[in-house]
Amino acid sequence: MNKDNKRMLYKRPEGLTDKVMHYCAGCGHSLAHKVLAEVLDELEVREKTVGVAPVGCAVFAYHYLKCDISEAAHGRAAAVATGIKRALPDRIVFSYQGDGDLAAIGLAETVHAANRGENITVIFVNNTVYGMTGGQMAPTTLNGQHTATCPSGRDPAGMGHPLRVCELINTLEAPYYIERVALDGVGGVLRMKKALHKAFSVQIAGKGYSLVEILSPCPTYFRMTASESLKFVNREMRDCFPVRVFRDQGTPQNA
Amino acid sequence: MTGNEALAEGAIRAGCQCYFGYPITPQNELTAYMSAQMPARGRVFIQSESELAAISMVFGAAAAGARAMTTSSSPGISLMQEGLSYLAGARLPAVVVNVQRGGPGLGSIDPAQGDYFQSVKSGGHGDYHMIVLAPTSVQEMHDLTIHAFRLADCYRVPVMVLADGRIGQMMEPIRLHEGPPPPAPRKPWALTGAAGRDPNCVRSLLVGEGELEQHNYVLQDCYRHIRRKEIMYHEKCVSDCETLLVAWGTCARLARGVVDLARAKGKRVGLLQPTTLWPFPEQRLRRLAARVKNLLVVEMNCGQMLEDVQRLAEGRAPVHFKGYPGGRVPTETEILRAVMALRPPRSVPRRKTGKRK
Ligand SMILES: Cc1ncc(C[n+]2csc(CCOP(=O)(O)OP(=O)(O)O)c2C)c(N)n1
Repeated sequence: MNKDNKRMLYKRPEGLTDKVMHYCAGCGHSLAHKVLAEVLDELEVREKTVGVAPVGCAVFAYHYLKCDISEAAHGRAAAVATGIKRALPDRIVFSYQGDGDLAAIGLAETVHAANRGENITVIFVNNTVYGMTGGQMAPTTLNGQHTATCPSGRDPAGMGHPLRVCELINTLEAPYYIERVALDGVGGVLRMKKALHKAFSVQIAGKGYSLVEILSPCPTYFRMTASESLKFVNREMRDCFPVRVFRDQGTPQNA
Repeated sequence: MTGNEALAEGAIRAGCQCYFGYPITPQNELTAYMSAQMPARGRVFIQSESELAAISMVFGAAAAGARAMTTSSSPGISLMQEGLSYLAGARLPAVVVNVQRGGPGLGSIDPAQGDYFQSVKSGGHGDYHMIVLAPTSVQEMHDLTIHAFRLADCYRVPVMVLADGRIGQMMEPIRLHEGPPPPAPRKPWALTGAAGRDPNCVRSLLVGEGELEQHNYVLQDCYRHIRRKEIMYHEKCVSDCETLLVAWGTCARLARGVVDLARAKGKRVGLLQPTTLWPFPEQRLRRLAARVKNLLVVEMNCGQMLEDVQRLAEGRAPVHFKGYPGGRVPTETEILRAVMALRPPRSVPRRKTGKRK
C-alpha cells in the first residue's frame, strides 16, 4: 500500500531488463522470458543463476534476463549447462532451447544430460518450427503442417513423425521432474509458471534433472493471427503433444 | 610413464578442474588416467557422449571460470572444430589435446602428423588462432601441458597440445612438476551468478553495427601479442649448418639423431624444431633460410608445415620435403638417406633459353 492508497498488483519483474523484446507479436518466447524472470526472483536465486541461451530466436535472452548467461553452439546448450553446473555445483543453471536446437541438432546432448541426471533445468520452447531461420520444418512439426521446407505439409513417410521429447526423456531412469505445458491462454501461462517454479525448486533442492516443455505459438510461421495461433496450440499441438506431468519425484506419472 | 599419462599428470598439476573426454585410440590412457585421478581429487570428470559434447562442456566450465580440458585424437578433434571456433570467438581459455593418428577419415590408429593444417590454420570457421604446442618427448608432454594452461588463462584463448600416437604411447622417465600450478588470473568476465554486479554474458554472436568487425580486431591484437611474446623453438647445430632440417613432434625427435649421424659423415646439418607451431618461429626461420644451402622439411604427412617453411624461406634456399603419411613413422636411416642425397643448389640458376623454331 503506498501513500496514494494504491496497491501494486502487478509490475515488471525485477529480473527483466527494460529492453524492448525483438520477438514477433504473439510469440511465446517473450511470455516465457517474463515468467522465467518472475520465477527466478520469487525463488530469490537470480543472482546465483547462470543461464544458457540457444541458437534460435532466444539467442538474445541475455538482452532481457538480468542473470549471467552463456551462448552455446547450436544444440549444445545441455552440454554447456553441464560444464557450468559441474564447475559451479552451488549455482542454479538452466538451458533455454527451441525445438530445432534441443530435439534435432542437439538431441544427443539433450538425452545424455538427462540420462546423467544433471542437476539442471531445461526449458524447452516447442513452437513446431525453426523460427530464427525462417520457419522451416522442425522435429516437432505436426503431420500435415506446412512450413518453408515442407510446403505441402509434413508427410511422415520420408519426413518422420513429430518427435515427443517429454515422452522420450521419460523413458530414462535419471530425470526427476518432467512436465509439458501449453501457452494457449491465461491458464496455460499460470501452469507454465507453476511448472518452472517446481523445476527450479527441484534443482535448488539438489534433486536432479528437470525439464519443462512449453508448447508455444509462432504466429509468424504458423502464418496465423496471434489469436488463431493460440487456438492452434490449444487444439492441434496439444492433440499431438499431451499437456501433463510426465515425471514427478523421479517417478513416471500416469496420463 | 607414457606420454599420455605424463600429459594427464601435467594437467592435474596445472590445476585442471574439469576434464571431459570421449574414448579414442591412441589417447585412451589419458582419459582413463583422468577418470581415476580427477574424482580422487574432488575434481570433475565426465565421459561425454561425443567430442561435440566434450568441447561444449569445456566451453561451459571455462565460461564458469574453471580450468578445463579435453583430449582426443584426429577424428574426434574434427568434431571439436565447432567448439574451438566458439571458444575463440567467446574468448574462453581452454586446453585441448590432439594425440594424432593417421587420416583422412577413420584412417588408422598409427601415429601421424596430418592435422597441422587443421590446428595451425584454424580448422573451425572464422578468423581465429589457437596456440599450438608440439611436444617431442614424454617430458614435454608434461611440461607443455602445464604451459598450455598458463597460456590459455593469460590470453583467454584455446591452446592445443598437438602430439601424436608415438609420443602418447612412448615410455620415458620424467621429472614431474613439483611447484604450484600456474597462477590463475582474476576472471571478472566469468559466469558465476550476478551477485552484486551487472550480469555477465559469454557470447560470440555480435550483430550490432560494426561490432563483430571490432571484435575481430581485438582478437587480432591478442594474436599479435602472442606472436611477439610466446614463440618457442629448439635448435641443434645451426650455427654452421649448410642443410637445415625443419621438423616438429616425433619427426623432430628423429631429426635430432639424424643431425648427429649426418655430421659423423661430414655433412653440416642442423635442425630447427618449432615448439610453437602457432605462433611459428617465423623470424628465426627467415634468418636461417638466408644462411643455408638447403632446407629439408620432414613430416609424417604429405607436406603441411612445408607450406609455412616455403612461404618463409621466400626462395632464399630450396626447400625439400620428405613426407611419411598414413600413420608411418620413418626411421633415422631413412631420413639420413634423404639428407645425404641433397646436393648444394647451383649458385647461378641456369636460365632456360627459348627454343628457336
Ligand atoms: C551449426 C548450425 N546450423 C544451423 C544454424 C542455423 N540456425 C540458426 S537457429 C536455427 C533453428 C532454430 O530453431 P529452434 O531451435 O526451433 O528455435 P526457434 O528459433 O524456433 O525459437 C538454425 C537451423 C546454426 N546457427 N548453426
